[in-house]
Amino acid sequence: MLTSIKILVFMMASLLSMWLLPAGHAEELTRGAMLSVSCDGCHGTDGHSPGSIPDISGKSAEYIRNALEEFRSGERESTVMMRQAKGYTDEEMVLIAEYFAHRN
Amino acid sequence: MNNLTRRNFVRLIGTAGAAYSVLGWPLIAQAGKSSGRVVIVGGGFGGASCAKYLSRIAPGVELTLVERDTKFITCPFSNAVLGGLYDINFITQSYGALRTVYGVNVIHDSATVIDPSAKKVFLAGGTALEYDHLVVSPGIDFQWGAIEGYDQTASEIIPHAWKAGPQTLLLRRQLEQMRDGGVVIIAPPKNPFRCPPGPYERASMIAHYLKQAKPKSKILIYDAKNKFSKQPLFELGWQKLYPGMIEWIKESDGGDIERVDAQTMTVYPTFGDPQKADVINLIPPQKAGAIANAAGLSNDDGWCMVNQRTFESSVHQNIHVIGDAAIANPMPKSGFAASSQGKVCAMAIAASLSGQKMPDPSYVNTCYSLVGPEYGISVAAVYRMGEEGIVSVKGAGGTSPADAPDAFRKDEARYALGWYESITSDIWA
Repeated sequence: MLTSIKILVFMMASLLSMWLLPAGHAEELTRGAMLSVSCDGCHGTDGHSPGSIPDISGKSAEYIRNALEEFRSGERESTVMMRQAKGYTDEEMVLIAEYFAHRN
Repeated sequence: MNNLTRRNFVRLIGTAGAAYSVLGWPLIAQAGKSSGRVVIVGGGFGGASCAKYLSRIAPGVELTLVERDTKFITCPFSNAVLGGLYDINFITQSYGALRTVYGVNVIHDSATVIDPSAKKVFLAGGTALEYDHLVVSPGIDFQWGAIEGYDQTASEIIPHAWKAGPQTLLLRRQLEQMRDGGVVIIAPPKNPFRCPPGPYERASMIAHYLKQAKPKSKILIYDAKNKFSKQPLFELGWQKLYPGMIEWIKESDGGDIERVDAQTMTVYPTFGDPQKADVINLIPPQKAGAIANAAGLSNDDGWCMVNQRTFESSVHQNIHVIGDAAIANPMPKSGFAASSQGKVCAMAIAASLSGQKMPDPSYVNTCYSLVGPEYGISVAAVYRMGEEGIVSVKGAGGTSPADAPDAFRKDEARYALGWYESITSDIWA
């Protein structure tokens, strides 16, 4: 009886750990990570900005992608982002948005 | 769950997590499986970024960072210290987080010899470190003697202040002690050199201080070049904030200095009259940091040729050179560029150690300059690997607009500070 409870708990713990571990854990060796880690220079590691530059941690992929597209088109006012965003394709913006949406 | 305490439950989760890590669960495995020994020489913007990101990408790697100093004083924002906006502690970073959070073995010592065939680095203190990959991020050294009369002894009277620290404080002290109505000379070198807009931000920050404390004083920029980074933006800002205070003498007007006399505080241009000054800030010509030359990594011009995709040296295998020491044009020799290169290099090493394909590199530079405390300007660029090397993405990047309203300059000054807080936390925290 106790053993079956232990197994159950172990399975629960396993599922929980799968959900918990990736975030803030090992960085991925992917194109999305390659494109995104340079954003950390201004926005802080994983988008956690300690100062006046907008914090992008915890933002949804949709929010980030929209913002990038609007910076690139000039629809959204900015100082430096209108210049930076022009360096990325639609596909790259999706990868960056997905990357930050999955870091915490 | 009666006799299963909360602590045990957490412990179980940990066990499960460890089990998955060992098994290489596909969702989290990535490059976490890679192992090997990586030694990084130099804990500045390039080296420390490489250490932190390599630890994140490849937690299994044994990472050693060799850095001479226990604290790192950043060149970015050192001009704001000269201008009296901040104190030196504001620009002082430490290695605590790299040690405790990222598990990097930080050794405070100097690398003196590299043996590429034995894959060993020897430190001044006697330690020998073996590596699978070595990253050399030594920053710059000066070409002492390139300007007659300018050597290390002369730099105690005529500071370069191009490596932040005691030299920054010396220059600040000289400005504080100067009479009102004094002449300050700033003499930037020819390209390439560390931080292309730096001398002109420095002129701005010194002007900001003089305008308040010694308004009759003057700044002469004796330049070895005929144009400089963000030039129209700086000139616009100087006109607005410090009219008549800063004079730029370009190379073709006799701005190139060939000799200085520290006793008489005089500079001698290649042509035209000698000029005396109360304070002289001579920024001498530069080359890659000493270890690059000692290890035969630099060329006749003093800089290091690399494969710009992986930053592996063109001379020695498994040795990477990043930051100011590397030839990475069109990327400038800036702290941000060094950090971006450090991250790309970390990806390259993680890929190599785990036998995976490295994603195509993407590099960025974002560089702010303060013309005044509430007047900021910037330059930005996104780079990719082209057929022959690094190229800027066309249509992206560039400088702040020339016709921007005051509110835009104020925002950029605010973002300049945010930039500093972000990049230093991204590297050292």
